[in-house]
Amino acid sequence: MSVDEKTVRRIAHLARIAVTDAEVPHLQGELNAILSFVEQLNEVNVEGVEPMTSVTPMVMKKRQDGVTDGGIPQKIVQNAPATEDNFFLVPKVVE
Amino acid sequence: MTELTHLTIAEARDGLKAKTFSASELAQAHLAAMEKARALNAYLIETPEKALAMAKASDEKIAKGEGGALEGIPLGIKDLFCTEGVTTTAGSRILGNFNPPYESTVTRNLWNDGAVMLGKLNLDEFAMGSSNETSAFGPVVSPWRREGSNVSAGTSGAIEGTHLVPGGSSGGSAAAVAARLCLGATATDTGGSIRQPAAFTGTVGIKPTYGRVSRWGTVAFASSLDQAGPITRSVRDSAIMLRSMAGPDPKDTTCVDLPVPDFEAAVSRGVKGLRIGIPKEYRVDGMSPEIEQLWHQGAEWLRAAGAEIVEVSLPHTKYALPAYYIVAPAEASSNLARYDGVRYGLRENGRDIVDLYEKTRAAGFGREVKRRIMIGTYVLSAGYYDAYYVRAQKLRTLIKRDFEEVYARGVHAILTPATPSAAFGIGEKGSGDPVEMYLNDIFTVTVNMAGLPGIAVPAGLDGQGLPLGLQLIGRAFDEETLFAAGQVIEDSAGRLTLPQAWWA
Repeated sequence: MSVDEKTVRRIAHLARIAVTDAEVPHLQGELNAILSFVEQLNEVNVEGVEPMTSVTPMVMKKRQDGVTDGGIPQKIVQNAPATEDNFFLVPKVVE
Repeated sequence: MTELTHLTIAEARDGLKAKTFSASELAQAHLAAMEKARALNAYLIETPEKALAMAKASDEKIAKGEGGALEGIPLGIKDLFCTEGVTTTAGSRILGNFNPPYESTVTRNLWNDGAVMLGKLNLDEFAMGSSNETSAFGPVVSPWRREGSNVSAGTSGAIEGTHLVPGGSSGGSAAAVAARLCLGATATDTGGSIRQPAAFTGTVGIKPTYGRVSRWGTVAFASSLDQAGPITRSVRDSAIMLRSMAGPDPKDTTCVDLPVPDFEAAVSRGVKGLRIGIPKEYRVDGMSPEIEQLWHQGAEWLRAAGAEIVEVSLPHTKYALPAYYIVAPAEASSNLARYDGVRYGLRENGRDIVDLYEKTRAAGFGREVKRRIMIGTYVLSAGYYDAYYVRAQKLRTLIKRDFEEVYARGVHAILTPATPSAAFGIGEKGSGDPVEMYLNDIFTVTVNMAGLPGIAVPAGLDGQGLPLGLQLIGRAFDEETLFAAGQVIEDSAGRLTLPQAWWA
């Protein structure tokens, strides 16, 4: 499988990365090089093989469902580019 | 007295205990070496004040006969570990001036054991790379040079000539350890990022079993593959440092509740009676005869020390790298979705929220990172998920099964080359086809896919005087056998003579 320019633009949008017209052909070439490299996986018969979900068999650790941390809004927002009263600021989303 | 920066961690520990020198002197010696080595670009941030304060505290503890396993030992920290109050970049512009209000579990464990922080080390952006060339803050210069090379310290404070890469993504860590700018460094490994730079720089690097070390507070690349480990100048140092880094952590549900063995005690255990496998599938086309020869030599060393050498088969080896280039980007595309220009890091304003996201991420991520996010987005997108992602995860099951079958037949560890070649020059690889660079990880990536431990140990020099490494792959949670066998290789090969400080 390979991707065309339109698909490159669609993936970029899904990934929320702006691409310029000049970048598209380069990205297309690079993505297709990677896709053609992974094509060899089709040689393998994977019928009846379970996809891996956990690399080491382990029981997920659980703990009491309770609040263990909090009350630190200033720390949470201290690295944000724009805040007001401990809220993150974004452009208007709902009209 | 030997120069303080030339000591191993074990020697420094003994010297501190015997009060031959102080932790403050040890820290100062390293800070001075770092200052003279800035042209190597190994450190992104130096933290001299922190280092001296921590060293002073160590000296006070040592004076009272107290102190942890790493008391007063100066270390470099890969800039992927969040360090409270010290800028953490992950080698990317998108984190801006991110100043973590928390400490990663790995670094917290090191400080609790008395280690001293020298600074934050350069790396490929978000640990995506095999040469440290994708760092947003410039490449790292390897302290190694080819025989007769034109690389030298320039007059303007910059390196002149076509220098070698230290490998990646833990390139700053490997270069700093090899150039004696710290006694040891933290590193991380998703597809080979500890073992490949260790092999390129004549240092020791271990990627522990998945789950041995907490991932909490370490910037995530591919969560099912990422593991932290040390890069050091000896196998013993590697054992000492890993013991402090590892251990259960309630903050990481994938970090196992197993006690950490005394790894250092395993170092002198030897390999008598162990069965070491040589996988025939690692004999790849185009592998340099020097590497082939070294591999053979490594097997002979282990045999001479009492191990039984057997040929084994890992039939799905060749599919590990292509499967990795589906799984790792898929996880990365999900993990890196958090860089949105809203909660931390860089922000490029836009006409609406989507425009803000797109502009921020376009400006903040470098080319390699964008490429991987896009591949990951594609293989996870509707209509392609089964063909790519599910198939790759099935291959991963088969790759792991290969190892399980070999270990079930009584094999204790597997010996392979660490890399298909010695270090290459800056700009030499991957400029046209990204896959050319990815092939560096051909021998290391299987280990991440199967969640197993792997250690790279320097084993010799090539015809151009550059270090080559061998890799030992172990059973899950049996790092001890890797330290034991790694020590046999180190003893047989003799410790490499690291380059003189031509850059200073």
